[in-house]
Amino acid sequence: MTKRVITITSGKGGVGKTTATANIATALAVDGARVVCIDADIGLRNLDVVLGLENRIVYDLVDVVEGRCRLRQAMIRDKRLPNLFLIPAAQTRDKTAVSPSDMVRLIDELRDESDWVLIDSPAGIERGFRNAIAPADVIVVITNPEISAVRDADRIIGLIEAEEKGPAKLVLNRLKPEMVKRSDMLSPDDVLELLAVELIGIVPEDEKVILSTNRGSPIVLEGKSQAGQAFRNIAARLEGKDVPFLSLESSNGFFGRISRLIGTGGD
Amino acid sequence: MSTFLDRILGRDKSSAQQAKDRLKLVLIHDRIDMNPGTMETLKDELIDVISRHVEIDPAAVRIEMNQDGRQQRLIADIPLNPSGRRRSRKHV
Repeated sequence: MTKRVITITSGKGGVGKTTATANIATALAVDGARVVCIDADIGLRNLDVVLGLENRIVYDLVDVVEGRCRLRQAMIRDKRLPNLFLIPAAQTRDKTAVSPSDMVRLIDELRDESDWVLIDSPAGIERGFRNAIAPADVIVVITNPEISAVRDADRIIGLIEAEEKGPAKLVLNRLKPEMVKRSDMLSPDDVLELLAVELIGIVPEDEKVILSTNRGSPIVLEGKSQAGQAFRNIAARLEGKDVPFLSLESSNGFFGRISRLIGTGGD
Repeated sequence: MSTFLDRILGRDKSSAQQAKDRLKLVLIHDRIDMNPGTMETLKDELIDVISRHVEIDPAAVRIEMNQDGRQQRLIADIPLNPSGRRRSRKHV
């Protein structure tokens, strides 16, 4: 029985949707749930490489929709976690190969055989985005503490509300605590005040994310990384656990704790 | 980059504050899909309608967009001139 169908979207490209999808899905699977993630970015697929499953693709999302294979045949089992699956996007087609109602039908089929379905949305506000949000129970918007990303997140949040799919939940990705401390970067409080939605995660900028993507192994599988812990916390919050936040009391509390975690701060 | 003293004295806004202030304005217009020109027209028409019934000072009218969570509010501050006498302003 599926608990939740979660779509991860952002408006702006390059803010970390695919990385977030791969890591949250992996974290949920590590906790023992049966998780299916779907790459809805038809024509620009990437969730396969981030998960390190690019060599195992036989069928894709469009093959399922057009009836060339059964759903099960397009589900690639993860090489590390037997309860984690990927349905890859087609690379040689475009977004119009799938409709929002196709997505609803396909995900309804998955609801019976998984605990979680995570959908990685393409950037933009067009067909691909509509496809990705149509079957969602919960929509997570990823943004960066940067003007254009926040503006696009606001636009997307408005569209999600207009579709009566809200309220969206927010993940602030690639925060640089040192820059925030110098007042050279928007703080989590600034972004929350502007966007006025529920925050479910703050992920600090972490070079280890690039290393893990290079290897095709999500960072949540590595014990020590900052970003990995942040993604594990997001998964736990989606599971309904009350995980304390590193931020949002006072800025002192926030920086104190963040820098303590990174090991750069004092006591 | 600004010095600490500059910021304390308000001479220079931090770059984060600049980003926030600019975003605030951009988001207001993105959300209501109304450009500053339309806003001016709205203000003129409001003044026109209200002036038909009570005496107001058009120059004192303030109309602005305000954010309340994800809700946008149009706030109109329209001081009324005291009835029965002309608005008088003392000169210093």
